[in-house]
Amino acid sequence: MTLLITGARPYGEDAADILVEDGRIVAIGEDLAATGAEVVRAAGLVALPGLVDLHTHLREPGREDAETVETGSRAAALGGYTAVHAMANTDPVADTAGVVEQVWRLGQQAGLVDVVPVGAVTVGLAGERLAELGAMADSAARVRVFSDDGHCVADPALMRRALEYVKALDGVVAQHAEEPRLTVGAQMHEGDRSARLGLTGWPAAAEEAIIARDVLLADHVGARLHVCHVSTAGSVEILRWAKSRGVQVTAEVTPHHLLLTDECAEGYDPVFKVNPPLRTDTDVQAVRLGLAEGVIDAVATDHAPHAVEDKETEWASARPGMLGLEQALSVVVATMVETGLLDWRGVADRMSARPAAIGRLDGGGLHAHGRPLAPGEPANLLLVDPGTRAVVDPAALASRSRNSPYAGRELPGRVVATFLRGVPTVLDGKAQK
Amino acid sequence: MARQPEPARSDLSSPSAVLSAADVTRVVDRMAHQLIEKCAGAGDDAAGGLADLVLVGIPTRGAPLARRLAARVEAFAGSPVDVGAVDITLYRDDLRMRGVRALEETLLPEGGIDGRLVVLVDDVLYSGRSVRAALDALRDLGRPRAVQLAVLVDRGHRELPIRADYVGKNLPTSRNQSVRVRLAEVDGVDEVVVTEGEQ
Amino acid sequence: MKRHLLEAADLDRADATLVLDTAAQIDQALAGREVKKLPTLRGRTVVNLFYEDSTRTRISFELAAKRLSADVLNFSAKGSSVSKGESLKDTALTLEAMGSDAIVVRHSASGAPHRLANWVRGSVVNAGDGTHEHPTQALLDAYTIRHRLGRLEGVRVAVVGDVLHSRVARSNVRLLHTLGAEVTLVAPPTLLPVGVGSWPAEVSYDLDVVLPKADVVMMLRVQAERMNASYFPSAREYSRRYGLDARRMGALGDEAIVMHPGPMNRGMEIAAEVADSVRSTIVEQVGNGVSVRMAVLYLLLGGAPS
Repeated sequence: MTLLITGARPYGEDAADILVEDGRIVAIGEDLAATGAEVVRAAGLVALPGLVDLHTHLREPGREDAETVETGSRAAALGGYTAVHAMANTDPVADTAGVVEQVWRLGQQAGLVDVVPVGAVTVGLAGERLAELGAMADSAARVRVFSDDGHCVADPALMRRALEYVKALDGVVAQHAEEPRLTVGAQMHEGDRSARLGLTGWPAAAEEAIIARDVLLADHVGARLHVCHVSTAGSVEILRWAKSRGVQVTAEVTPHHLLLTDECAEGYDPVFKVNPPLRTDTDVQAVRLGLAEGVIDAVATDHAPHAVEDKETEWASARPGMLGLEQALSVVVATMVETGLLDWRGVADRMSARPAAIGRLDGGGLHAHGRPLAPGEPANLLLVDPGTRAVVDPAALASRSRNSPYAGRELPGRVVATFLRGVPTVLDGKAQK
Repeated sequence: MARQPEPARSDLSSPSAVLSAADVTRVVDRMAHQLIEKCAGAGDDAAGGLADLVLVGIPTRGAPLARRLAARVEAFAGSPVDVGAVDITLYRDDLRMRGVRALEETLLPEGGIDGRLVVLVDDVLYSGRSVRAALDALRDLGRPRAVQLAVLVDRGHRELPIRADYVGKNLPTSRNQSVRVRLAEVDGVDEVVVTEGEQ
Repeated sequence: MKRHLLEAADLDRADATLVLDTAAQIDQALAGREVKKLPTLRGRTVVNLFYEDSTRTRISFELAAKRLSADVLNFSAKGSSVSKGESLKDTALTLEAMGSDAIVVRHSASGAPHRLANWVRGSVVNAGDGTHEHPTQALLDAYTIRHRLGRLEGVRVAVVGDVLHSRVARSNVRLLHTLGAEVTLVAPPTLLPVGVGSWPAEVSYDLDVVLPKADVVMMLRVQAERMNASYFPSAREYSRRYGLDARRMGALGDEAIVMHPGPMNRGMEIAAEVADSVRSTIVEQVGNGVSVRMAVLYLLLGGAPS
């Protein structure tokens, strides 16, 4: 199959045509032509490499009422993603080769993005003994990222062993940094607002203490560490320090932590309840700068679908988490591109190249992700119209859930098309499956 | 009664006033005389009948009116008269239509109203609903021997079977007129004004 | 007045004063009467929706509604559909369908009344939500202070105890500030929320320094179990440093009063001889609670806003 994308601006730079054959980019240049090619007119649209998410909750198996691999894949494709890492906190937990292979196969069947399973670090996410990390790494799912996300690997000795063990697998431990003894009953960021609203506080120090501990451990044992959803200014400081010392640490920030603050908790609508919680404006500015600087390596959605009954409740009984896949690029455009903090190459780096590298998806071959837009590379790319602004309507989302914190907000940047190995998964803003 | 020339209007009175300050004074005096006559007829003598009497004003303007009437009765008959006030806000049946308002004072004489002749005093008698509310309030406050009603102005258009025993002035009006009684204690001036347009 | 009373900040100074004045007029209208009942809310339905046991607050609201002739339904979470897993929203819609005009809600989750207010057309009155607010308690406290001292402007109020977990403290700080009083919070630092610095109140760790200047001392209930989470070392040490005993009461000015929202831990935050002294307004507070809640129900339900 031959595809010709005409007039797009790769990385927002000069317009060019992109010729795709058999899943690969074969040429990028002016006035390309190919007989019999399907033509996609893309004048004015920015072309970027397909996005890679390090942190998605697809809820299958276990909570198919909230999301399935298929609906989550569709949401991802609509957001410009060509690969997503599916977190391990399903039911049953993805702590065996069997479960990760099941998730991987469901992703292949859906065929909208490459679903890359994350394996649990500990059996049942219980934080007590290591899961069979090697079996998951060797399975068809080829797991490289291990995480108990939703739970912190709080036991320092266990964390040390996990960091050491995955070195043999070329893996990485993605830590949900939350000291559990400091966050008992925690509901929102601890500060002026939590004091007034009477909601138990989630102190920034509970995140920072774990990150500080873990970078020291990673340094000590010479292992790779990845920090999930960094949310505080202090965390950025610690990461900057660790990176300056050469610690092999990477970090991600979510779209919501780039945009929203704890002010959203006023009114007690649990759509804004998330873990780690929305922080202050100072923190938002710090994580934006950290991302611009590269101290934070990647944007990861922490897309967390929840059924209506888990959100239409009192704040304290609601489950934490919010949708992200379909608006992630828009939020990054609003917070990073329109503010001048990142150019389009920067966006491609933080949303595609670096997350793919962290997940070890960037090796050669047709099934690689996070590769540049260049001849010979897999044709994973997206087309975005940066000028279009639209109000987010949760009812129009492809996700099975509706817990979008951006409902009613106007955001820039509409994903017009997404291609997975040359096959359009999204065209004219509509999913093709 | 011989017709007297109209006294000079108080400077504060509106040109549209149907009762001037002097008129109000005269009307209150006449009502005081009527009260004394009736009560005297009821009791063994005037003073005895008046000892039985309690003038209970309906706020806002019924309350000062009751105090004035009591003062005039005392001036004419030489014996003091008990005065009180009963706020009817919490007894109204039109809360849903008219919304909440601030409450006013309820004040009864020492010893209450049981067995006594209560004369409710109000400024304007119109639909009769305020009086009904006041009767309900009185029922919760005690058991008078009898209840009568005194009003400065009766403007007609009753919606309930209620009539006044003492009327200062009958003022035929249409429903789309409004009657405002102003009293010095509340409004800084004594007068009764009729204006067009519903209040 | 707003349609709901969810937190003390819903009342500006004029509204708060109107509630207190209305309560005073109701008190006066009912004083010495045999029939302590008014027909004002005849035909209206008030639901007491209580997810936490609080007999005191519930009967206070129940009496207030009944004295205004409203129909009162008591819906307690125990032994009802709620304990069978019905959500707050479904319960709200059920009560709405039954024609409730007001829902008085007590809930262990902060913000539950705010959620409820989104789902019903009637008025919602917060009767205590988690560690957030308890606005009618603050109103009755303000009423009691004004009744005893004759004013609120410039009155110096010390609020002593477990501020961190206290909805009474949050409502009082806001309302007393609105009404012109000066609040000082007194507690060990562990029982003050991070962020207390943004409240319109002074903060002190030393009760003995604050007492001589206080016109009002409001003692908060402190649960002895808090010591298990290391908020303080022992009940004895807490009581020694922050309890109001006879010696400390001696440091108060002549006119100063002692308040407590109840239920008290005698011997913990307040000594028996203080609770029973002439300075104590504790019993008076209970009576004033009914009048203030009548005023709130009347003002919220009496009719359309004028």
